[in-house]
Amino acid sequence: MLHIVNKSPSERNTLDSCLRMSGKGSAVLLIEDGVYGATKGNIAEGKIKEALKDRSVYALWPDLEARGMQDAVIEGVKLVDYGGFVDLVAEHNNAQSWL
Amino acid sequence: MTETTGGVELDEEMSGVIKKFMFVNRKAPYGTIYALEGLEVVLISAAFDQDVSLVFLDDGIYQLVKGQHTKAIDVKNFSPTYRALEGYDIEKLYVEKESLEARNLTVDNLIVPVEVLTSAEMAALMTEQDVVISF
Amino acid sequence: MSFELNGKTYETDEEGYLINLSEWNEDVAKYLAAEEKVDLSDNHWEVINFLREYYNDYQIAPAVRVLTKAIGKKLGPEKGSSKYLYELFPYGPAKQACKIAGLPKPTGCI
Repeated sequence: MLHIVNKSPSERNTLDSCLRMSGKGSAVLLIEDGVYGATKGNIAEGKIKEALKDRSVYALWPDLEARGMQDAVIEGVKLVDYGGFVDLVAEHNNAQSWL
Repeated sequence: MTETTGGVELDEEMSGVIKKFMFVNRKAPYGTIYALEGLEVVLISAAFDQDVSLVFLDDGIYQLVKGQHTKAIDVKNFSPTYRALEGYDIEKLYVEKESLEARNLTVDNLIVPVEVLTSAEMAALMTEQDVVISF
Repeated sequence: MSFELNGKTYETDEEGYLINLSEWNEDVAKYLAAEEKVDLSDNHWEVINFLREYYNDYQIAPAVRVLTKAIGKKLGPEKGSSKYLYELFPYGPAKQACKIAGLPKPTGCI
């Protein structure tokens, strides 16, 4: 399953809930303000690192770059462009866009 | 019997297959329109005879709290409508244990019977859905 | 839109549904029924009263399928059929009966 999060972890608990409710082997894609969750030193860094042990975490490169956060990405987080976003949706059996 | 609509044959996808739909509610009832809109979508979905589950997480649990009185804020109290879901054959209501406990609530505080799942059980249930829609 | 009855003005939406549910009374029902060309019998009133109770309990107007099932449970299986309800309200039990009962249009009524 693919989980998509577009809210900053310092503003909302969306990423928190998503990480709590995403099972082993699932994928989490951070987009829009969600990409702040993929950066070093952010409030959710510990939880992202924990999640990386048994699931994949992706961040949308254009959103990272737009926010000037492209050099602060947590190790292990994979970067995708829009084409990669489409591939992720296509290769998972279902997806949830968290609000 | 083959049904046709305007020359287009209705394939199995359109007529027979039942999909698993999950609606995830994460917002408190009156601060935003999400809760009410979500409930309306759920009621409409009942017309399509699909396998529907409703999940309440985080502040979404506040939608189900007993004793809501909205007269003074001049907004419709839609909490009784959750009790109508049974009549719409929507009987799979789940609440996350962690969210419930974090709000000092128990199932006795809720206006409808629900099944309480841990976040791990909830994760498993989400994974097996065909469609997951968030409100 | 609006209509006048016994010197009082009642607001309705563009499809003729009463805006303010609390303004409903039996005279309003009779007026709305006449507009729909429905002659109100005891059987009609039974359904109208059922709908008002349902709305009072659940704050929504039921979908036809739900209404049929619930009527069958409450008033007996011979009345819990869409045939029976359509005979009473030819343009749709939910749509027409709800309008006469002063309820909003049922959610999910397409």
